[in-house]
Amino acid sequence: MKHLKWSAATIALIGWGGMASATETLTMWYHGAGNEVESKIIHQIIDDFNASQKDWKVELQSFPQAAYNDSVTAGALAGNLPDILDVDGPNMPNWAWAGYMQPLTIDESKITGFLPGTKGMYNGKLYSIGLWDAAISLVTRKSILADLKLRTPTLDKPWSGDEFEAALKAAKASGKYKFALDLGTAWTGEWYPYAFSPFLQSFGGDIIDRTSYATAEKALNGDGAMAWGKWWQHLFKDGYAQAKQDGADRDNGFNTGEYAFSWNGNWAALGALKAYNDVVFLPAPDFGKGSKIGAASWQFGVSAKSAHPDGASKFIGFAIQDKYLAQFSNGIGLIPATTSAAAMVDNYKDGGPLSVFFAYSNKEGMVRPVTPGYVVESKVFEKAAGDIANGAEVGATLDAAVDEINADIKKNNGYAPH
Amino acid sequence: MAQTTPDNRGLRLVVRYTVLTLIAAIFSFPLIFMIMSSFKPAEQLLADAHTIRALLPIGDISLNNYFDAFKRAPVGLFVFNSVLVTSVTVVLSLALCSAAAFAFTFVQWKGRDLALTVILATLIVPFETIAIPLLLEASKLPWIGASGITYGWINSYRVQIVPFIADGLTIYLFVQYFKDLPGELIEAARVEGASWFAIYRRIVMPLSGPVLATAAILKFLAMYNQYLWPIMVTQEEQYRPVMVGLQYFFQLNRAWGEIMAYLSLITVPVLAFYLYLQKAFIASIASTGVKG
Repeated sequence: MKHLKWSAATIALIGWGGMASATETLTMWYHGAGNEVESKIIHQIIDDFNASQKDWKVELQSFPQAAYNDSVTAGALAGNLPDILDVDGPNMPNWAWAGYMQPLTIDESKITGFLPGTKGMYNGKLYSIGLWDAAISLVTRKSILADLKLRTPTLDKPWSGDEFEAALKAAKASGKYKFALDLGTAWTGEWYPYAFSPFLQSFGGDIIDRTSYATAEKALNGDGAMAWGKWWQHLFKDGYAQAKQDGADRDNGFNTGEYAFSWNGNWAALGALKAYNDVVFLPAPDFGKGSKIGAASWQFGVSAKSAHPDGASKFIGFAIQDKYLAQFSNGIGLIPATTSAAAMVDNYKDGGPLSVFFAYSNKEGMVRPVTPGYVVESKVFEKAAGDIANGAEVGATLDAAVDEINADIKKNNGYAPH
Repeated sequence: MAQTTPDNRGLRLVVRYTVLTLIAAIFSFPLIFMIMSSFKPAEQLLADAHTIRALLPIGDISLNNYFDAFKRAPVGLFVFNSVLVTSVTVVLSLALCSAAAFAFTFVQWKGRDLALTVILATLIVPFETIAIPLLLEASKLPWIGASGITYGWINSYRVQIVPFIADGLTIYLFVQYFKDLPGELIEAARVEGASWFAIYRRIVMPLSGPVLATAAILKFLAMYNQYLWPIMVTQEEQYRPVMVGLQYFFQLNRAWGEIMAYLSLITVPVLAFYLYLQKAFIASIASTGVKG
């Protein structure tokens, strides 16, 4: 009997030990350090996930956004990437190509209703999924449109290039504004390709030839791109916008009446609504090839070196529930990834003050070039756009940009898979 | 030869002090702007930015930005980390680099000049060029701790300290200063039978106050302002220094008031350290001709 008791106790201990060790820890990196609201929500999701099952325990490490990409690159070099990481949409192909990420194994039926920009597809595989998207609009006021006798454009009938030109001209001629248009040139980095390359695409150009991703020839220096470049330069040359803008003007200029129109994202929309009671968020002008805005924001993915991709994917599958999408949207003002989640958010539900952004994201949103080379191409585009804004000769600048992009593609062997 | 009359002297003084006051004002504008802005809400700060109001404590003044900064980020932890990493590095660097400079200046040994040349040549190598090899090395280095031998120094204080203890600039500063010390003192001590270490400790270092202050301030500033290396090696928040912490405040909608409050807070240790060593620092610049 005594032996039996000992055996039972031993089995129980082994069983308990086995059960205890069955919970595997998943590490996660996130870019939201310093954002109190975002941190609270991501911790809530993790706590809910950890409490919902016993197989996995997610541990979070948050990074400030501005330092995040460098930290991930350093982590990859040092060989200590986490299991789960988040990635800015346009960077995902580069991270997948560089071997930082592996495809997700979540049930794709869960993401059928997601906004197109939230799905991180590369080489036909899903690598990342976003809980939200962001969108840009042309912000103005009903009173300004009325004062300048301008038609209110809609998603179905946006302003043509000529109408946009007439609007800028009327705003300038009114003499009421420091500048007609706030483009946000004070913001550098990814803002340039995110905000301004859709204009290029609407003109019929692009940063790279998306049919092959092998060259920028004709895409960035063809007829469409040349037309964009000339239009872009005239905005500054003719005094409609500032090539060099003060940060304070960008942050506060539209809300204090310095500009008639502001090209800005939905994250700034609540500030504008607070400043005026007649703010309207207009769709992007159509310069011939449709009305376009940038798509894809931060998304979750699984690191290539994760020993537990099943657990990591399970967490991501858990995080993309509507209630969390809605929480993020309520908390940080971004666009929830699904219609059903949007319906749970006052700002984005039908008739909500920001509901147009969901529609813009769905209809006008265009992801940036899905290629590992984008991380270089975006910087080349930023430089070219900046140079043209500051008076550089359009054709020569675009030709030089094409050469630089093509040289990078060649140097990286066409970004062929490793 | 024209004589300086009392009136001339007075005029000269007025002109001199006017120019000096203008220069002082120009240099102190950013600091005053930062401190004043740290007490203002973001909207007012931006509205005041282009006017003289930006330099005055007027309008909606409060400590809210400071409270909010502490809510947004563990400011105390970041300051502690930076002060710890910086202080330890400065102390170790002064000890090691002064000893190295002593050996380069007073001790005759084979290959001395070549070794010094190589060390000085490192001054022209930017840190960015060695950051990645250093990271690869640091990620594999062994360490003996409470849990035995572990590999990889990432996420630790030592990875932020050890690579920066010895550097060419600090050694160069000490070498230049030591060269001006009277050689007779060293020779006399040798004749009396003093060891090299005794000479270093009892004769050379007590005479090196100004260069110690200069080297300490330059090292302190370089370490306190570290950004690239910490973001590569501090994946855990508990080890992050102030400059990485600054990025916590750059969100989509930037909290400029909090940024100014945070900057004001993290400037305090630098100013305190500089003021503490100011006299010796100026004396050293005057004696060595080192600028900036």
